[in-house]
Amino acid sequence: MAATACIPLLPVEEHERRQRRANSALQPLWDLLDAVVDPEIPVVSLWQLGVLQDIALEDGVVVVTITPTYSGCPAMTVMAEDVQRALADAGYPHSRIVTKLSPAWSTSWMADDAREKLRAYGIAPPGENEAAPVHCPRCGSGRVRTVSQFGSTACKALYQCGDCAELFDYFKPI
Amino acid sequence: MPETRSKDAIKQYAIRLGDDALVLGHRLSEWCSNGPFLEEDLALTNVALDFIGRARMFYSYAAELAADGSTEDTYAYTRDCRDFRNLLINELPRGDFAFSMARQYLVDVYNLAYMEALRRSTDSSLAAIAEKAVKESRYHLRRSRDWMLRLGDGTVESHGRLQRAVDELWGYTPELFAVDALEQELADAGIAVDAASLRPAWEQSVTATLAEATLQRPAGGWEVSGGRRGIHTESLGHMLSELQFMQRAYPGLQW
Repeated sequence: MAATACIPLLPVEEHERRQRRANSALQPLWDLLDAVVDPEIPVVSLWQLGVLQDIALEDGVVVVTITPTYSGCPAMTVMAEDVQRALADAGYPHSRIVTKLSPAWSTSWMADDAREKLRAYGIAPPGENEAAPVHCPRCGSGRVRTVSQFGSTACKALYQCGDCAELFDYFKPI
Repeated sequence: MPETRSKDAIKQYAIRLGDDALVLGHRLSEWCSNGPFLEEDLALTNVALDFIGRARMFYSYAAELAADGSTEDTYAYTRDCRDFRNLLINELPRGDFAFSMARQYLVDVYNLAYMEALRRSTDSSLAAIAEKAVKESRYHLRRSRDWMLRLGDGTVESHGRLQRAVDELWGYTPELFAVDALEQELADAGIAVDAASLRPAWEQSVTATLAEATLQRPAGGWEVSGGRRGIHTESLGHMLSELQFMQRAYPGLQW
């Protein structure tokens, strides 16, 4: 049977990440950290972004595993601090952040609801790959041009819409 | 390779790759607020961040292997010029925009192929860092290649500047493919990349881009090397005096 593009398959590492949350005995902690958002895109949580990988409890210490989006992303430090603050505020003063590099973070882990939130926030969500067409988040037009491969942050490129003239960030697929 | 020897060799190798990334990242960061226009300023500094992040990962891994209390900062801020092991092309002053983009293009083609190969390293930490770097390098190359075409096939002024930049940089490119005893030992063990093997594909890509950008491929005939042995151009010391100023003036200072 020929492969079709109708049903997008979830990357295996993303499937595993969702399983880790679903099978975790620490549901309240996962729910708690849903309140921690990307400091540069405050409509998307670390979970939705794919940054939050795992939560464990070791001798009374909450161990939170995160994966960096980009190597030099300055928001990572803030994310780690925000996670620890959220835990401390909820009565978990002892926590530790573990950074995991592999598997490398991919925009394909981003959930559909997160993509919709990005669009509503004015950021064009990442396409399936580098060749995917980009659409204006304001008017939906596909008549867009690249202004710069790097926008306000490393993860975004700057585009302009040819129909409504909106300048917008495009979350680059990686 | 006995395990202690191999650990030390991998540490040295990780420091080399960290040095390449830190030095180039710092050169790119010098464009901050000096870019030709706002979007380009942002792009240059974002690429700089990718390299500085890459340096931090390699240095952190080296520090982990050293297990002597060193941190990423020890390597970045407290080593002298002669201890740095970066390839010379990365330390050359940023020059004009054409020079920075020409350098970026030549090393982006190299870095992408290098990181693609390092992904297959038998050392899982190096492979994991490379896995992240590959994705970023693709975007770096896409952008720097685009600038080669725009400047090369642009105005008389931009063409002239870019051609001069390529001519000045050319003699620093053979060093990219030199493999010394340390790297050969690690490459034989499946840990390091055999840089010499990347040369034919690099030559082919670069030659094609130069032709498309209406630039002359330099004739060559001269080459400079020494970075991997700690022998540097006069530029690195000046750069480090800025980069390391704070820790030199106030050792151990915390932000």
